Amino acid sequence: MSLTRQDVEKVALLARLRLAPSEVDTMTRQLSQIVDYVQLLSELNTDDVQPLAHAIEVTNVFAADQPLDSLSREEALSNAPHTDDEYYLVPPVLGS
Amino acid sequence: MKQPPEPDHLPYKIVIGLEVHVQLATRTKLFCRCNTQFGAPPNTQTCPVCIGLPGALPVMNDEAFRLSLQTALALNCQIPPSTKWDRKQYYYPDLPKGYQISQYDLPLSHDGFLEIHDSQQRFESKRVRIRRAHLEEDAGKSIHDERSGTADSRIDLNRTGTPLLEIVSEPDMSSALEARTFLDELKLVLVYQGVSDCNMQEGSLRVDANINLHIRDRETWIPTPIVEVKNMNSFRAVERALEFEADRQFDVWQETGQRLGDAPKQTRGWDDQAEVTRPQRGKEESSDYRYFPDPDLVPVNVSPQQLDQIRRQLGPIPAVLREQLQTQWGLGAYDADVLVNQGPRLVQYFTQLAEACGDAKEASNWVQQDVMRRLKEQQTEIDAFPVSAATLAELIRMKQAGQLDRSRAREVFQHMCDHLQSPQQAMTALGIQQVDTAELSALCRSLLDKNPAIVADVKAGKQQAIGSLVGQAKKQNPNVNPAQVKEICLQLIAEMS
Ligand SMILES: [Zn+2]
Repeated sequence: MSLTRQDVEKVALLARLRLAPSEVDTMTRQLSQIVDYVQLLSELNTDDVQPLAHAIEVTNVFAADQPLDSLSREEALSNAPHTDDEYYLVPPVLGS
Repeated sequence: MKQPPEPDHLPYKIVIGLEVHVQLATRTKLFCRCNTQFGAPPNTQTCPVCIGLPGALPVMNDEAFRLSLQTALALNCQIPPSTKWDRKQYYYPDLPKGYQISQYDLPLSHDGFLEIHDSQQRFESKRVRIRRAHLEEDAGKSIHDERSGTADSRIDLNRTGTPLLEIVSEPDMSSALEARTFLDELKLVLVYQGVSDCNMQEGSLRVDANINLHIRDRETWIPTPIVEVKNMNSFRAVERALEFEADRQFDVWQETGQRLGDAPKQTRGWDDQAEVTRPQRGKEESSDYRYFPDPDLVPVNVSPQQLDQIRRQLGPIPAVLREQLQTQWGLGAYDADVLVNQGPRLVQYFTQLAEACGDAKEASNWVQQDVMRRLKEQQTEIDAFPVSAATLAELIRMKQAGQLDRSRAREVFQHMCDHLQSPQQAMTALGIQQVDTAELSALCRSLLDKNPAIVADVKAGKQQAIGSLVGQAKKQNPNVNPAQVKEICLQLIAEMS
């Protein structure tokens, strides 16, 4: 297997996911399968291939610096679990 | 100000690199068309793109990209032919997408420099290298009410997605004063280019500093662990935080002997009230940001033609302007410094004034002594100054023609500012009449007749005796010009013999 339990636990922490021990086992197995599958690509010889920054060959897509309407505050806040009708409310952010 | 000790006598060198985030002066955000106006009611300038709703697609603001290139060129950077954007992933409540769109391995510019110098020569002029300048989006604002302790934090996403240029210097500064000077000069460059308002109070310009020491060890230097200092809300705070931090790090070195690599990089926050830095909890290690190319954004290619065009439209560079004021207008280094530090519009006022009155030194004196004092007193900017350069030039020419002496000209200037009047109107209002030459000659002649002793003194070579005649002339007619009185009297005496 290409991934260890430690890899999965670290990624879970970074993604703010709390996994039960049995879930870590499942995830290690499943994520490893995905990584192994993608690993197939490394069989290709790419010595003479230039790296690409993007899969499609389109560049320089821009928009003009002209304001358009934003969402109303009611709309913007409508999906949030907690608000005070002005701000999103989240558990206290410390140390900043 | 604390005088930095001679580097040779210090047991260590200070090594400082700076990271500056500048909000670019666009009307809309980097990837959506929400307004960037500061001070709007919370959460009224957001849309599906900047609050990260599923399916929304970012599109690059062309003006933000142009301003970035302009700044990079003003900072002497190399611009590669192609650049791209990447996702920097971390979780924080003011970052709704769970990642920041930034630039990782192909920034839009790299390897520039900025020259710094100190007019008081407290350090030697040097070139601070710019490692890179890249374009990224800003996060929102978290507001935590300290008093309520455990209460929720409030999040305002108006700022989310505002274009930021991150400018990273090499660790080329070796004192807090050099760092401060770099920031002053960088801000000046940005203001001259008009790419940002650089308002620190409103968060348009933010500074983080990396600092460590190189401890002298006979012929070599031992680097200590690097500390990143944050939370500095003014350039003065940066200077003080770095002074504090250098002293603190030397104490830690003496206590622990820790070298670079012995301890992980630490993040500390500056407490402006207590005047100390304190450890901060780091978000995550940089290797955990898991950068990868943003699939929503295509790369941007920059053509040489485009760069040429921006180069042609580049605003004045402060260092170049200082040089010009000295070579083209004959000002001293100090005067050139004072004028350039006031910003592009004051320099423009000066050059218009110098041209119109034909005497750059005189124009420089008026701008520095009278115009700038007035601006400071009234707390206004030169744009709102009531006396145009052309009108002030008129006054200066009257002084040069001997119609007014310096102190009367100043009174007239005050009156012109207070009442928005021309020099003529102000003189009339102040009861200053121009004394015509015939009248002046008559006055001088009568004074000479009444003061034969003084005439004799002058004839005997004591020219300063004439001063008493000037005083008497002023008493009789306050409008006379002392220099003119002196000149006419001397001439009349010369004619007598
Ligand atoms: Zn938006």
